Amino acid sequence: MLSRVAENLYWLARYIERAENTARIVNVNANLLLDLPKGIAPGWKPLVDITGAHELFEEHYKDYGERQVMRFLLGDERHPGSILSALEAARENCRTIRDFVPREAWEQINGLTLYAREGLQKGLTKNGRHPYLRGLITSSQLINGLLDGTMLHDQGFEFLSLGRYIERADMTTRIADVHSAALLPDADEVRPYDNIQWVSVLKSLTAYQMYRRSTQIRVQRGPVLGFIFKSARFPRSLRWCIDHSRICLERLPRNEACLRVNGRLSRALDAAEPERFSQKDLHEFVDELQLGIGDLHQEIVQTWFPPLVSAGAA
Amino acid sequence: MEIDWTDYDCDGFYDELLAARGEPRPEVDALAADIQALGGDELMARQLAAEVSIKEMGITFTVYSEEGGAIDRAWPFDVIPRVIPEREWRQVELGLKQRVQALNLFIDDLYHDQRIVKDKVFPKDVLAKSVNFRPQCVGIDPPFGIWAHICGSDLVRDADGTLYVLEDNLRVPSGVSYMLENRLVTKRVFPELFEHYAPLPVDDYPSQLFDTLASLSPRPAEYPEVVVLTPGIYNSAYFEHAYLAQQMGAELVEGRDLFVDDDDCCYMRTVDGPARVDVIYRRVDDLFLDPESFREDSALGVAGLMRAWKAGNVALANAPGAGVADDKVVYAFVPEIIKYYLDQAPIVPNVPTYRCMEPDALQYVLEHMAELVVKPANESGGYGMLVGPASTQAERDRMAAAIKKDPRNYIAQPTLKLSTVPTVIKDRLEPRHVDLRPFILSSDRQQVTMGGLTRVALRKGSLVVNSSQGGGSKDTWILPQDVASETYEQAQGETSQRQSQTASG
Repeated sequence: MLSRVAENLYWLARYIERAENTARIVNVNANLLLDLPKGIAPGWKPLVDITGAHELFEEHYKDYGERQVMRFLLGDERHPGSILSALEAARENCRTIRDFVPREAWEQINGLTLYAREGLQKGLTKNGRHPYLRGLITSSQLINGLLDGTMLHDQGFEFLSLGRYIERADMTTRIADVHSAALLPDADEVRPYDNIQWVSVLKSLTAYQMYRRSTQIRVQRGPVLGFIFKSARFPRSLRWCIDHSRICLERLPRNEACLRVNGRLSRALDAAEPERFSQKDLHEFVDELQLGIGDLHQEIVQTWFPPLVSAGAA
Repeated sequence: MEIDWTDYDCDGFYDELLAARGEPRPEVDALAADIQALGGDELMARQLAAEVSIKEMGITFTVYSEEGGAIDRAWPFDVIPRVIPEREWRQVELGLKQRVQALNLFIDDLYHDQRIVKDKVFPKDVLAKSVNFRPQCVGIDPPFGIWAHICGSDLVRDADGTLYVLEDNLRVPSGVSYMLENRLVTKRVFPELFEHYAPLPVDDYPSQLFDTLASLSPRPAEYPEVVVLTPGIYNSAYFEHAYLAQQMGAELVEGRDLFVDDDDCCYMRTVDGPARVDVIYRRVDDLFLDPESFREDSALGVAGLMRAWKAGNVALANAPGAGVADDKVVYAFVPEIIKYYLDQAPIVPNVPTYRCMEPDALQYVLEHMAELVVKPANESGGYGMLVGPASTQAERDRMAAAIKKDPRNYIAQPTLKLSTVPTVIKDRLEPRHVDLRPFILSSDRQQVTMGGLTRVALRKGSLVVNSSQGGGSKDTWILPQDVASETYEQAQGETSQRQSQTASG
């Protein structure tokens, strides 16, 4: 498999995962805000914090109002992490490797990009938002399903999966960090709406139902953090992402350095007890994980992707 | 809206479906009746369905604009197929093989003894001024003496019904993927007509292309490593490069994926490390192919590729330098070239052509410019040409000056009355002008596509079929003899026994 193709598959998966995760977060936050009294509601700023793009946001917008944040996250093409930008990037990556992606999946990716663009205005309205985001999420899952079910599970598929798990791991740690910070500056003070907010953290990761099935403990901070970091059975938990990255890496040639970095990440997770984390511990741990995920990405780039060519290539 | 062929005005042109207003040609009158039976609203609905399919299938081409950069546009397509009876097509096929065989002999001769020049059949100074002659290629012996492995020749039909070759594209001809995709779209939107008329299949092309390329491999293997080299995603034919690679199961590579090592072999960078490449179907122009031999600033090519090719360690298709015969002045000599190498008369004729390098012809061209089409030798895509009847005096003056300055660089041809095919315009059918680009594959044997890509000028009265300038395309049906006599409607109306025979035959 060509190194360049491996790189494109990796990014294709990352961008689709990014678009889907963003759609989920926005959807959940919108629902949450409807349940919370105005004084308590964390508003829309945490969503921008999750994507780590507040500098860019503040460059272009005056305040963190609903309309502004929506536009920024859903359809602002100046923001490389917006859903629309991510899908356009996914499509561009896919366009260059159409010989590796099953035709049906390509048509779906192409269709999803068109949907995101053409439905954007409707999606920015209050009552159009939910169906728009649902459409994005369903369609992303359809793409994942088509790729899983119809693509050759060869090296290319390993890169695709790697991209998906790394992006997901990145997003899960961000959600845990930012959401919990905004929610619970002070763990001692019990507020009546905490429960709802932790439910929303779970829902951002589509983890609520599965959390309830796997543990009967009512929704509260400790067990929720334990679940989203360490559940070995939930496919959006960090544990799952790291374990499955390892499986992908093991199937690729020249994998020693990457496995080493992945192993380090895995041990860090083993050693941690997220259930007992204070806000500060959590934040530091997430920083450590983010660096580890970044290292793993760099190592993958170094090992398998083509060297950068000098600028000017047409 | 009813479709009524008596409303359809052929306006003095040869129409591929109708002999005259209200009179379908006998070979295709069943199809004409079926189209009529569908009616205008249904046709419009099918046209819309085709456009939706094209969007969903992601069939695109890229256009450049000053403001917008490169834009990926949906491929414009018209649902009414262009039909050619198989009997006629078999003749054309022979003519194309003959032509490309002669052109390959010509190219090989130019890079070796230049007998045709020594024998004064082909003028020495035409060769001397050729911008596509590559001195770097002199003395090289590509496999089977073939230089142009993939050729796309443009055919047009004049008012009297004669098919002419308008030009031969021997560098990096494009369009074949659209031929294949058009067929898929037609199958989706006209399944019943398609099944009934059973036009001859076109989908062998990717395997024929792979077979042609594989036969060039320097290392004997059943499945040599064949790659398609593309300039990248912003090339107007990128869609096609990706499509063909996919259909052949070949890697689609860019220049940066390849390198030539000290052993003069070409390798690609893979996840497992370097892998040797045997055959490169290159869709990058000669001048960008290898910065060591041609343009140093090229980022699209592979340094040392010419070295590897000369050493016989990698095959290039088309061979560098093949473009020497892709020149509108060389075109004017093709009848002589066929005669010289094969001692035959051309089976498919050239359009009568004035070579401005010849004083009499030059005189004639300057005096009759308003009636002629003037073309520069080395432009493609319809750029830089003058269509006399549609030109202004100022444009003609500018062209006249350009010709006088460099007569060798220009040819002129009578303005052909390009044939028309009914085309869906809203809920009506109107005639629009078409050409046809079949593709000819050559290695140790020759193969021709079944039909080719029919391009159609969608603007009323326009003769320019290039997709970069408002052209679209149609599916091309080569109809087997005997099949076409009965309409689908009639076939449906008869007994079930009869129907099952039709379906199985």
